[in-house]
Amino acid sequence: MKGYILKRLLSLIPVLMVVSVVVFLIIHMTPGDPASVILGPEASPREVAELREQLGLNLPLYQQFANWFIGIVQGDLGYSYFMSESVLEAFVSHLGPTFSLAVLAQVFAIILAIPLGVIAARRRGSVVDQSFMGLSLVGISVPSFLLGLFLILLFAVELKWLPVAGYKPLSNGVFLHLRYLVLPAIALGAMQAALIARMTRSSMLDILNANYIKTARSKGVKEKMIVYKHALRNAFIPILTVIGQTFGTLVAGAAVVETVFNIPGIGQLIVNSVERRDFAVIQGTIMLVAISYVMINLIIDLLYGVIDPRVRLSRK
Amino acid sequence: MQEKLLELKNLKTHFQTERGVVTAVNGVSFTVHSGETVGVVGESGCGKSVTAESILRLLDEKSTRYEGEILYKGKNLLDFSISKMQEIRGNDISMIFQDPMSSLNPVYSVGNQIVESILLHQKCSKKEAYSRAIEMLRLTGIPSPEKRVHEYPHELSGGMRQRVMIAMALSCQPRLLIADEPTTALDVTTQAQILDLINELKLSYNMGTVMITHDLGVVAEVCTRVVVMYLGQVIEEANVEMLFKSPCHPYTRGLLKSIPKLTGDRLEKLHVIEGKVPTLHQVPKGCRFAPRCEFASQKCIEQMPELIEEESGHKVRCWHFKEIIGTGEGHYVNTSS
Repeated sequence: MKGYILKRLLSLIPVLMVVSVVVFLIIHMTPGDPASVILGPEASPREVAELREQLGLNLPLYQQFANWFIGIVQGDLGYSYFMSESVLEAFVSHLGPTFSLAVLAQVFAIILAIPLGVIAARRRGSVVDQSFMGLSLVGISVPSFLLGLFLILLFAVELKWLPVAGYKPLSNGVFLHLRYLVLPAIALGAMQAALIARMTRSSMLDILNANYIKTARSKGVKEKMIVYKHALRNAFIPILTVIGQTFGTLVAGAAVVETVFNIPGIGQLIVNSVERRDFAVIQGTIMLVAISYVMINLIIDLLYGVIDPRVRLSRK
Repeated sequence: MQEKLLELKNLKTHFQTERGVVTAVNGVSFTVHSGETVGVVGESGCGKSVTAESILRLLDEKSTRYEGEILYKGKNLLDFSISKMQEIRGNDISMIFQDPMSSLNPVYSVGNQIVESILLHQKCSKKEAYSRAIEMLRLTGIPSPEKRVHEYPHELSGGMRQRVMIAMALSCQPRLLIADEPTTALDVTTQAQILDLINELKLSYNMGTVMITHDLGVVAEVCTRVVVMYLGQVIEEANVEMLFKSPCHPYTRGLLKSIPKLTGDRLEKLHVIEGKVPTLHQVPKGCRFAPRCEFASQKCIEQMPELIEEESGHKVRCWHFKEIIGTGEGHYVNTSS
């Protein structure tokens, strides 16, 4: 087990190398010069050239990459001249809102989607099934920023139940924290919920036809227990895979939703940094996001073993 | 006289399908007494498994309609509510399935699954249920059951899993056991062991058993009476000796002739029943076997024969069985085996 985790962590290295090269190249190939953005439109070409030299932007690309990569290996993600803090500090200070938002969105998606998927599977072909699946199609198709705007319009502007936008950290109290996050979490989690509900339905349909379900029925197990004890646990493996895979879209979606709801999270940090051509922050943040993506998938892979004894790695 | 446990009276099972209603089981009647093993034999698709599952009403009730009577100790199971059926299932009537590889839930230990069955029907603590599960595993011949009880299905061989299924089915000491092709998925040596085990346990519990199979060897081994099914109907019913010595229906005779023999001319080709089983959507109007029967006459094609009692305890559904017996193609299989 420990060996397996170590192996998976080692496999992070090639992944991160590829990510670093791609991120680096994309940023440096996009037009826009950080030095002239920092100094503003009135700066003289000499001043800009000086700052470029200071930032190391005058060096050949491979050398810039080498400098940056050596920094990463040493644990130094770089320094943001705009925010006057290190990239790591900037990341940590923006992590809280994104983490809360992502967790809440995921929890919302799972709590909503799994029962819906199960009900749809049990009543396959019925009106209930069809309307749930129609709803999930809407969930997949409507982009999160649009859904976010609709939610704001309805619950914040019209009904005035919830705040329009903004963010209150957990230190202001759980209730206030959640109040500000409900709408963004729904906007962000809707697509997750739709994907999870669809996977739950198809996976449950498969499992409910399995022979061991018939065995359970022949033992006199009650229908509810058949669904939730015997079937759902078996159906959960593909559901878990979807949850893991869509975590990536969740982070990407967070960038959009944070902008719509004005939440000072990682997404907003990345978007603002892209606008400011703050190379160090973009590169460093995306590396950290990539690491957390891989880590989450590792956790999901370990959870498979908890659910399904057949994929347990070693028994003692 | 042994107690009459199960009596099927003109059981019909209809399925609602996209292409209309099909009748998979069409007027099946037979009786099972305690301590007796009744074999239900036929090709794939003849309705034998549907008959078995109908007894416990395991088929999806939304698309299934039953007709006739399924009398268990004189009470019609078709009148029972679902929760009443759940009390019967696994407690009074248990079932073993064909494929032990897929009949156990892969994510729970075998002990957990046996215990579940015990706790559903018996008032006892979890600990007592576990020791009962271990005892059942030992009874079915599983070595070191204290260890095995915590293992998962994928850690056991096919034969072991079928033993677990049997342990589970018998954990509440049911009065009736329905075994739906319990040995089909197992290799030959294991088959014999499992059949012996079922036989032994049947005797010690004085259970009635319904043995669904397509294997006449299994029938000869364990059954006292045999029901031969074809396309949802019973076409012949007799006790084992009678059926093997003097089969009446041309289909039964064909089945018996198609068993490979160890003695005699090796070059002789195996008998084949010509044609295919028609689908349930295109059931022949007269005798259902007529299109494949070498003795079929105009009458067979037009009129459906009734199941009549030819002699005491031997029923057959054929217009011409008397003439067919007369052709002298009598003794096919040695019943002393």
